[in-house]
Amino acid sequence: MPATAPAPPRHRDHAAGPLLRVESLHVRFGSQEVLRDISIDLEPGQTLVVLGESGCGKTVLLKSMIGLILPTAGDVLFDGKSLASLNDRALAHLRTRYGFVFQGAALFDSMTILDNIAFPLREHTRLPDAEIRSAVESLVAEVGLPRSVLVKKPVQLSGGMRKRAGLARALALDPQLVLYDEPTTGLDPIMTDVINELILTVRQRPAVTSVVVTHDMNTARKVADRVIMLYPLFRLQAGEPQIVFDGTVADLDRSRDPRIRQFVEGRAGDRLMELREEQARAAAEDAAADGGDDA
Amino acid sequence: MATAPSIPTTPRTGGVTGWLADQVANLGGFAMSWVAGVGDVTVFAFQTLLWLVSRRQRRDVLIPNFYRIGVMSLPVVALTGLFIGMVLAVQSYAQFKALGLQTRLGSVINLSLVRELGPVLAATMLAGRVGSAMAAELGTMRVTEQIDALESMGANPIYYLVVPRFLGCLVLIPSLTVMADFMGVLGGYFYSHVLLGIDYHHYWANSREYVDAFDFLLGIFKSLFFGAAIALVSCHHGFHCQPGAEGVGRAATNAFVHSFVLILILDLFLGIWLNNVHDFFRPEGPRRLL
Repeated sequence: MPATAPAPPRHRDHAAGPLLRVESLHVRFGSQEVLRDISIDLEPGQTLVVLGESGCGKTVLLKSMIGLILPTAGDVLFDGKSLASLNDRALAHLRTRYGFVFQGAALFDSMTILDNIAFPLREHTRLPDAEIRSAVESLVAEVGLPRSVLVKKPVQLSGGMRKRAGLARALALDPQLVLYDEPTTGLDPIMTDVINELILTVRQRPAVTSVVVTHDMNTARKVADRVIMLYPLFRLQAGEPQIVFDGTVADLDRSRDPRIRQFVEGRAGDRLMELREEQARAAAEDAAADGGDDA
Repeated sequence: MATAPSIPTTPRTGGVTGWLADQVANLGGFAMSWVAGVGDVTVFAFQTLLWLVSRRQRRDVLIPNFYRIGVMSLPVVALTGLFIGMVLAVQSYAQFKALGLQTRLGSVINLSLVRELGPVLAATMLAGRVGSAMAAELGTMRVTEQIDALESMGANPIYYLVVPRFLGCLVLIPSLTVMADFMGVLGGYFYSHVLLGIDYHHYWANSREYVDAFDFLLGIFKSLFFGAAIALVSCHHGFHCQPGAEGVGRAATNAFVHSFVLILILDLFLGIWLNNVHDFFRPEGPRRLL
């Protein structure tokens, strides 16, 4: 962390408890249930990797952790404070203790990289321009970007560079909790490992807790202290828990659960057949409905 | 981030009864989503006004928005005004000439311009040029998670993205209306005097007699509502954009269509209301044109 950066509130109100607590979280969009009864306690300093196939609700869980998606039922507590109970101003203040790395980096197109990374500093501190600039320069150096990118716009950068600029922006306020949404998706194998190394470097910062949402087993093996695996709700029976695994990577590799083995080994199994059957069933239903209309 | 309430769908039952039930369900669904949509825009407008008064805007955010909304719209608004002024002269000339009242053209053209066409055309051009661009820009920001990024950094997207655009439209639409009025008056005069040979003195004397400050201010006053409506509707469409290029395209189109419809509806009701105001202050009624 640059020495010139501001000192956000580092003390924790509930030093003994978990940094983040997800309490029987339910999320539903319209008639579609995405998350059901998810409970997670995240200890300070831990790096949690959330695994799962596409569409299982990983990103929704991550966005619920920072209050970008409001739960249908249940609650998220950061440092003992319920996100749902906070007003806009208090929630905005609490979010300065988070860093969020978006899947597509989500840099502001209209701004240069310098302005992008400086944004949280300008928003929440009263540092003079020179200090902000030097803070941004050290952040850029930390994520391994050349200083020349500072004057460029996000569209002029490659995918890997954008991801790293997004990480630099997330780290600007010296967050206690860093959330990564699919940090390695769409990158080449070398850049993927660079990002993994960066996640490990960020962990070295004092008191940083991380949550990494990914479907990349290499990332999980490299960075995780703890792994959680989510399963899509439509593949589960009514009473089955959505978290099908919670433990270390070693436990994950030893697991005999066929659902976990299929994911870890990356096997299609009978998925293709299943998808085709589903498609055929939907087509048949449509045809029957059209026939009914004509009658 | 709030999610829209879902409309429950009834299963198809087939036959005439089923068809009827479907139609009723569709109608109900449409009504519910319409009410939900209007409620959503109202809450959005309320939040925008709250942020407008609760925190000062930054100059470096405001100026580029003002430039894009106001300065860049001037040429197109001026051109539209000029042509509409000339078209009015073309269309009314024959009728007035038949009555031998060509010199009254000035009053008709200028009155229509400052009361109706100036404000409505300036607003329409603004909705087309700026409204759909705002919806597309904010829609892209929504789709690429830039709006989520703002929120995740503890910044309010309405304060950062909507209020500057709202202020730009609200503050600058009167100037654009003045520009449309001015160019329309100029265009009408040019066509009437230079091409139709109507006497210069009588043309202006009639205009002065029938168009007063109230007519002009009425147009400007209406334009404020149009500007606010364009900004709110367009930004709302951008904020609630569906994913993908199609979603962004639809947000841009809907922003224009809905703004335009709202401009016309507002125009009608403001027109009725302002006529009542006029009658209150001048119980003798409007001066007769002919």
